[in-house]
Amino acid sequence: MTRPAAAMALLAELTHRCPLQCPYCSNPLELERAAAELDTATWCRVFSEAAEMGVLQVHFSGGEPTARKDLRELVRHAADVGLYSNLITSAVLLDRDRIAALAAAGLNHVQISIQDSEAPGADRIGGYAGGHDKKLAVARLVREAGLPLTLNAVVHRQNLQNLEAMIALAVELDARRLEVAHVQYYGWALANRASMLPTRDQLEQATKVVQAARERLKGILTIDYVVPDYYAHKPKACMGGWGRQFLNVSPSGKVLPCHAAESIKDLRFDSVTERPLRDIWENSEAFRRFRGTDWMPEPCRSCDQRELDWGGCRCQALALAGNAALTDPACGLSPHHADLLALAERESASPPPAFRYRRIGATAAV
Amino acid sequence: MNKSRLTITDASVPRLPPHIKLRFDDTRQQWIILAPERVLMPDEIALAILQLCDGVATVGAIADDLAAKFDAPRDLVGQDVTNMLQDLADKGVVNA
Repeated sequence: MTRPAAAMALLAELTHRCPLQCPYCSNPLELERAAAELDTATWCRVFSEAAEMGVLQVHFSGGEPTARKDLRELVRHAADVGLYSNLITSAVLLDRDRIAALAAAGLNHVQISIQDSEAPGADRIGGYAGGHDKKLAVARLVREAGLPLTLNAVVHRQNLQNLEAMIALAVELDARRLEVAHVQYYGWALANRASMLPTRDQLEQATKVVQAARERLKGILTIDYVVPDYYAHKPKACMGGWGRQFLNVSPSGKVLPCHAAESIKDLRFDSVTERPLRDIWENSEAFRRFRGTDWMPEPCRSCDQRELDWGGCRCQALALAGNAALTDPACGLSPHHADLLALAERESASPPPAFRYRRIGATAAV
Repeated sequence: MNKSRLTITDASVPRLPPHIKLRFDDTRQQWIILAPERVLMPDEIALAILQLCDGVATVGAIADDLAAKFDAPRDLVGQDVTNMLQDLADKGVVNA
């Protein structure tokens, strides 16, 4: 077997702690506790190893990465070893001094999530009073500090009607990029799917709004659009293919091909505390299991799209078809595709149940 | 809304914003552009243009330079340079 190409980016989930309780969170239902988190020195070693094996970018994520007191040291070390750094944050724990310190430590970019266009809706969805206004204030401080800003609007059936206003907010806050990210149904989001999945009409309307805004705002705001694939005919190339571009390190040091991979219970994930990062990327059972095309069943195996979509998403195949090694049901060629479509239409047309908010310890069965 | 799209002309003085990093990657043995949540792999022509975007040279001067270097028609080179820089400016990779 030939050596796999180097990973492009490392998603560093520094912690699962988070002051917000967004029901669309893609973290696993079994959140890791603070006591299990890697210490500063281990994270720094992981960043050194990542840079050494050819990783180019690090995304500080979580949970809420700013809940780590040592974030500035981690940012500085990532910069020292040559990684391009991105902070993916809810922003509510940041202030002017902390932003200045992170910028001075070498942070390259900040991405702030918003839950809606106005405070009442946003604070209800995030489960955090005062969060929205705090985010807007911090977004302005990020720009004042000279850092480039991306706004990430996570959209679903309970806020899609405000999509135009969220786009206008991105321009007003001087973001250069906007991610309009339809909820992806993993972890807590999967448990909340019935209250979040849009109807097909809502999705089509949102797509039109994004297309028109891209034209209108060309050269002012770049809009990346992440669609929900429950209504798709072709699956997404999840993570650009399993073990091809990304690796994810969990708060306790488990190395995952994607942030939801732990939902696949029969895979064993190695830890950075046991094995060098490069060895895990190249040789571990979990990364080899679905890398490339050898693992594929039909209809993927003989499909001319197999090196474009890489069979779609393994976690979605497990969640929706009961087996991670099957074709992603989002694919029109999957025998499970019709069931998925029927499920999406049924759930999105029914009254939304109450949110099940993301909380550490709130892991009772659905 | 008071913001407007940057239009690249012959008189523009293009440069890379501080958060955009153009560098040679030893692992992949190729030039790369690091941008927010993006890695771009410039081709030979894009690289030649970007390496001349020093915040001093105008687009016109860059085109003169490249036309001479590649012994190519100045008009054609000028058009290519402007189009490419406009595209990169639209993506936020180049300022002027």
